[in-house]
Order: sequence, then C-alpha cells, then structure tokens
Amino acid sequence: MSATKIDDRIVRVDAMEKARGEALYVSDIKFPGMIYGTLVRSSIARGKIISINVPDLPEGYSFITADDIPEEGRNELWMIAKDWRCFASGDVKYVGETIGILCGPDRNMLSYLKERIKVEYEEEVPAVTIDDALSLKGGPIAGEDNIMCSLYCEKGEKMDDVFRKADSIFEETLETGFQEHVHLETNSAIVRLEDGRFTFYISAQCPFYVRKSVAGLLGLRPEDIVVKQTTTGGAFGGKEHFPDVLAGPLLVACNKIRKPIKLVFEREEDMLYSVKRHPSKVLFKTALDKEGNILGIDGKIYYNCGAYLSASYVVLQRGVFHANGVYDIPSTHLVGYGVATNTFPSDAFRGFGAPQTLFAIEMHLSHIARKFGFDPAEYKSRYFLKKGSETVTNGHIVEDVKLPEMFRQIADASDYERKSKEYEIGSGKGIGISFYNHGGAFTGNGEQAIIKAHARLVKTGDRVRIEVGSTEMGQGFQTALRKIAANALEIDISRVDYPNPDTSRVPDSGPTAASRSTMVVGKIVEDCALEMKARWDEGDFSVEKEYVHPDGHPWDQDTFRGDAYLGYGWGACIVEVEVDKLTNEVTTKGIWSSHDVGKAIDELIVHGQVNGGVIQSLGYASMEKMENRNGHFRQSSMSDYVVPTSMDFPKQEWFLVDNPYQWGPQGAKGMGELVFNGADAAYTDAVERALGATICKIPIPPEDIEEAIDNAR
Amino acid sequence: MRDKVVFHVNGKRVEFEGNPMTRLIDILRDDLGLTGVKEGCGEGECGACSIIKDGKLVTSCIIPVGAADGSEILTIEGIKDTPKGICITEAFRDGGAVQCGFCIPGMVMAAYALLEENHHPTEEDIRMAISGNICRCTGYDLIVSSVQLAAERGGELWQ
Ligand code: FES
Ligand code: FES
Repeated sequence: MSATKIDDRIVRVDAMEKARGEALYVSDIKFPGMIYGTLVRSSIARGKIISINVPDLPEGYSFITADDIPEEGRNELWMIAKDWRCFASGDVKYVGETIGILCGPDRNMLSYLKERIKVEYEEEVPAVTIDDALSLKGGPIAGEDNIMCSLYCEKGEKMDDVFRKADSIFEETLETGFQEHVHLETNSAIVRLEDGRFTFYISAQCPFYVRKSVAGLLGLRPEDIVVKQTTTGGAFGGKEHFPDVLAGPLLVACNKIRKPIKLVFEREEDMLYSVKRHPSKVLFKTALDKEGNILGIDGKIYYNCGAYLSASYVVLQRGVFHANGVYDIPSTHLVGYGVATNTFPSDAFRGFGAPQTLFAIEMHLSHIARKFGFDPAEYKSRYFLKKGSETVTNGHIVEDVKLPEMFRQIADASDYERKSKEYEIGSGKGIGISFYNHGGAFTGNGEQAIIKAHARLVKTGDRVRIEVGSTEMGQGFQTALRKIAANALEIDISRVDYPNPDTSRVPDSGPTAASRSTMVVGKIVEDCALEMKARWDEGDFSVEKEYVHPDGHPWDQDTFRGDAYLGYGWGACIVEVEVDKLTNEVTTKGIWSSHDVGKAIDELIVHGQVNGGVIQSLGYASMEKMENRNGHFRQSSMSDYVVPTSMDFPKQEWFLVDNPYQWGPQGAKGMGELVFNGADAAYTDAVERALGATICKIPIPPEDIEEAIDNAR
Repeated sequence: MRDKVVFHVNGKRVEFEGNPMTRLIDILRDDLGLTGVKEGCGEGECGACSIIKDGKLVTSCIIPVGAADGSEILTIEGIKDTPKGICITEAFRDGGAVQCGFCIPGMVMAAYALLEENHHPTEEDIRMAISGNICRCTGYDLIVSSVQLAAERGGELWQ
C-alpha cells in the first residue's frame, strides 16, 4: 500500500457493493415486527376539510392525523421556513397534501383500507400558475398579494437614466416548467425506537435537517432524535427537505404505535406528490445602443413556489444572483418574487434556482445577438466577467475566469465557427452555445454565520475514520472525501473509513447541498488531516474543526450586497442538432462541454457528474414535460414523464480547465450543480437556429415545436 | 383452484402456492430475500428490476409469478460470483459506471444478457441493449464504455 495522491486514478469505494446488488437501500431493510405506512392525501387543490370518514379498522391498523400530535408538539415541519404543516387540518392547500398516515402490517390491506377513507371537502378555486396567483384567482393564498418572498439587487446607473439613453429596447418573457427529480430510488424511510430514542433509517441528503425539522412535532429537541442515512439512490435536491414530509407523519405514528414503520413511495406517488423544480417566468427589458451594445438590463423574476415557502426564498435569491449569467452588464436592476400557488411546494433541484435565470439570460442574449447579426458566442464573449468585475450584488469576482479558453476548447472540438456560419437559419441544422456558472456553497458568509460546519477525524491504530454529516447520494462524495483525507495524511485510501452519517455519532457538517461538500466540508477535512498528520505519533486521537470563512469578503444578508460567492464553477456548452422539418423530431448530433471546477479531486467522478448533469439538463429542455391542470400533475409515471434513455443523446465530449481555488481542498470547487446549468440553453439555441424560430419557453418537446414556429411568424 | 408454481431461481428450485398473479419481483425480494432486484417504477418502465428468464432480459415487476412456471431465472445474486458476473461488475467499478447504484444491478443484468448473445458489441449495440434501463445519474456514457470494457476484458469468457 502506498500513499494515495490526488491525481491517482482510484476506483469508487461504493461501486462494487452497488454493482453486486448488496448495498441496502431503505426498501431492502426489514426490522422484526415492522409494519407499513401509506400517506392519505388531499385530492383537491384548495378547500376546507368538512369531514374525514374512516372505516372501522381491523386490529393492528391505525390512522394517524394532526389530532395525534401531542399537546407539547406543533403541527409544523421546520425546513428553512416553518410554514409547511405535517398534516393538513381544517383546510388543504394543494393536491397531495398529507392528511394522515395509515399504518398496518399488510400492504394489500392498507391499499384496500386507504380507498375507503373518504374526505369531504368544500372546494375553492385554486391558483395554479404564476399568472393565476398574481391575479389573485380564488383570493390570496399567502399575505394579500401572494408574494411569499422578494428581493432585488442593482448595479450601475439608475434604470430610468439607462433607458432614457437607449436607442432601442428589447423586451421578452422567458419561461421554464416544472421538473421532476426522478431519482431512481423513490422517497423512503423507516422509523423505530432504538434504546428509547426515535431512530430513522432514511434516504436523505441532510440527516441533520430531518431531525431539526420533525423534533418539534413531539415537543422534542433535535438531539433526542437519531437519523441514520441509508444508501441513497439518487437525490438531486429532491431529498434535501422533502424527506421531512415522510419523517414527520412517521414520527407521530411511531409515537402512538411504538412499532417500526416503513414508508416507501410508489413511483406514481413520487411523481405526483413530491417537490419539483420551481417553474419560472423572467421578464427582461434591455436597453441597447445603435450598434446593439447593452446599456442595461431590467429583470423581473417570478418563481412558482407552490403552497408553502419551505426553501423557496433561498432558491429565489440564487436565481436573482445568477440572472446576469456570466456577464458584466454595466447597469442592471433585478427583482425576484416568490409566488404562492396551490401546487405541490417547489423545492431544491440541482442548480437551486440558478438554471431558470441562466436559461433566461442565455436565450435573451442570443436573441439580441441574432437581431443585430452577431454570432451569439462572439456577442456574449464581449461581456464575460473577469477577475475583479463587479457582480450584480456589488461584490467582485475574486478568481480568474477562464471562459475564453473554455470557449476555444469546445469551439475547436466542435468546429463551431464554421458550422455557425454554414448552417443557415431554418435549414434544419443548428449549432447552439451557452455559457454559465454556479456560485459555490451558501451565499455570502452563510457558511460561517449560519451553517457553522464541523468535521472530525478519528485515528484508531493505523486507520482513520471521517466523521461528517455529509452524505453520499451517488455523486461520489465518499470517494472524493476519502481521497482528500488520504492525500493530506499521506496514507493509502484503503485505511480511511467514512461510514454513512448517523446524527448521534457525527458532527453537523451542514446540508449536502449547494455544491458545498467538496469545497467546504472537504476543506475542513483536509485541515483536520493536516493536523492529524503532524501529530501522527501521538497514538489514538481525534481532530475536529469548524469552517472558517476567509477575511476581507463582506456580505450583508439583509440588503444582499457584497461578495455573494467566493468561488464559482464556470461552464460552456455546445450542442449540435438536426431537426426533421416534417416530424419536428430533433436528433442531437454532438455535445461538447468545458467546465472549471477548480481542480478535479477525481477525474472519473467529475466525468460521471458532467455526463449526468448535462443529460439531465438536456432532458429539462427537450422532453421532461410536467403539466399541472387545476392543481393536479398530469404526468404520473415514467412513461408519461420521459427522462432521457441511452438512445436519446450521443456520447459527450468534455473538457476541464485547471483553475485551483485558493480556499478549496487541493484547489477544488463545487461541480455537482454547475454541470446542470447550461446544456438546456445550448440545445434550445441549436433548435432555434435549425428551425428559424424563437423559443422562449422550455421544455420544447417535438409536439410543441410547431407552436414555437408559429409564434415566430 | 390453486396450482403450485415451480421454477428455478439462480439454480435453486422454488415452489410457490399462492395467488399466481403475485408479482414475481415480490417473490424474489420479499420471499427469497433477493434485494439486488430493485424496484424503481413497478410498471416495466425503468429496468431496475431486470432479471434473466430463460435467457431473456425481462422486467420482474410486470411478470406474474404464474408466468414463471417451469422457467429458469437468474438474478444479480446468481451471477455476481460467476466469472462473467465478476467481469462485468469489475468493469463497471473500474469504468466509473456506478453512481447512486440503484439502476446498476439491472444494468449488469442487461449487459450480461447482451454479452451472452453478442461478444463484440458496438457502442450502438450497447446503447440499444440498455435502452430499457433508465439511469438518472450517469448520462449513460460511462456505463456504455464499461460494458465495452467487460467485452474486451472478458474475451473468451463470452465465446
Ligand atoms: S421496477 Fe420493473 S421496470 Fe421499473
Ligand atoms: S447510478 Fe443512479 S440511477 Fe444509475
């Protein structure tokens, strides 16, 4: 065994047990005496509950509702906001809101009984879309105006002055739809009593979120509850806060029944009754001079948050901060509104609010470029942010920006310039391009002020155990983190352990979200490892550290001014398509991407993340259509809501640039979300050029292309 | 009338006397404890529950146990310690095919079924062979190249 170095090619530590079918996911785990639960949900989008009629239940079966929350508890899940109720009571605000949990030993019997629980409602008119909510359809849902949260930021001159100077104004509205995570493992959890403590086995990104969120239901403290993460079969943000919605009812039920209870969503439930990506509507009004140069951009950003705020304010903030993309626009005014509707609450999804505004700005600039006869790539590159450029929050870019180099890589590989000239607009052939970024970790000084992440290393003999609350959900963090530790300790990676987190044993490292794990938690682990290395001969001991934010980068969380992010991941993507003009069938001919992730901790893992993120983004743009009618999602299965298969897109060409981040472990920055943030716009640009259409809305499946062409006429 | 259903799973004889409409996946997972067979959708759309029945790749979530009567069934548990199974799983490991892992046992079964029939598959053949298996994590490229790797490394194994 030799010391593992960061550039060594290593194999994923969890690959073999997963490939052999030996990794245990929640659905594979059984406990003696375990019974099953199933959620009984609202079947209407908005209204009062008149009555809940429960048939006589056989022995061993129970139906648990808000009435079963003990006096010392409160009927709320504490996500970021506390507004999400564990159980609806009195009224319902969206289709699928939990009314109760039916528990018992036999799953067939549970389905039989569930059908016989009848809820009577007095229905009200739901507001489903952003426009419904803004026009107060059915009366306000939240506050007086349905605006649950809002913020703005501005840079440069006042907008009135900018528009007074403009030679022309270009206005358009860009929209994105719901997106469902479709992690292949559905949401699932088990609760039981272990040594008198409520203990969860759960498929979740953030075990510490779960205990904080549900403890109050029984009037307990978070530390009274134990959460053990099980092998997690994909998450993508869908298991950031949403596991709380399973854990809450399970906890209340277990408090009454005192038996292990398992709740595993069927695919249909996971499709219809789980959180989605926020649909968005972005209105851009851009002031231009005679030559087509941008003087300023005024943006209004609306996100459909659904019925509860949960994490939406934070999602919206990220959306606003990314609304000028990778561009240094001289003057800008950006305002974001989180809108309440009677749909299932929207929540975290890879990119966390950034993909929506990045799509909008990319398409908007492409449209302006084409109007003035410029190639979009050439036009956009004039505005690239550079080190020292002012950001939309009046902070500065503190790192080198390598977009020109990244553009060169993919332009050469794809022969972009030639194709861009040769493929005539509307010829059926098109090549499209996008540039994007993703701010790493929590905004501003949030890592230090709010999260206060901890990590610990424990040395026993010649082995070292990593103790963090961060989770492996498929992204390769178990491997990456062990590699960071082994590299710093100068030992072989096989001597480093990293068990799945159990909240009773590991410190809180903050959520596994926001592309922060490698960059922030990885850094703390590296610092712990360096100290452990220096003290190696002291025998068995442990080292624990807290995250320290670099000095000199002010941020004001009340006014949203300052350095929102210290390090960004950067990306550029080119997609080439051919569109059959008779059938509107789109064939993707090539995909090229380049990403700046600082330094790749493990190239094979980054390769997999790039491939997966890009395909998810292409699915978002091209086929993943989730419609909502009257508050009901219409796509309920994997045959209605289609995600990419191995046949839909060709093999990708991908590149990295080296740009070590001074505060990351070995120079690494976040990457998990970045790789989602731009292929959608490159694809849409390519389809637009092939068709000679203007597309302002995704997804754009073949059946919707005709409409886009008509609109362009 | 309740007939007995008799079939073989990974070489072992299984007798089932119950509702013949019971899903095969439930027998495999719940009764036989073969939890490497994953349920991703329950409707034949994702391939996570893929098994090999009489040499053919099928999704066990939409097969009633009655239809398994007299058949030979292979699950991931039945191949993982065979030379071919080891070849594929190691290629998946070395080739970076595995992320969250939930689709992977099904993918391994699809690769197995392919390589048994076609010892030198092209990229297109592989993409076709796994097109019924959804992976939400990898974007497929590294799964495809890992299957290629298994074909190359396996060599004579597949003849
Ligand atoms: S679980 Fe059988 S195909 Fe999805
Ligand atoms: S590895 Fe996660 S679904 Fe394939």
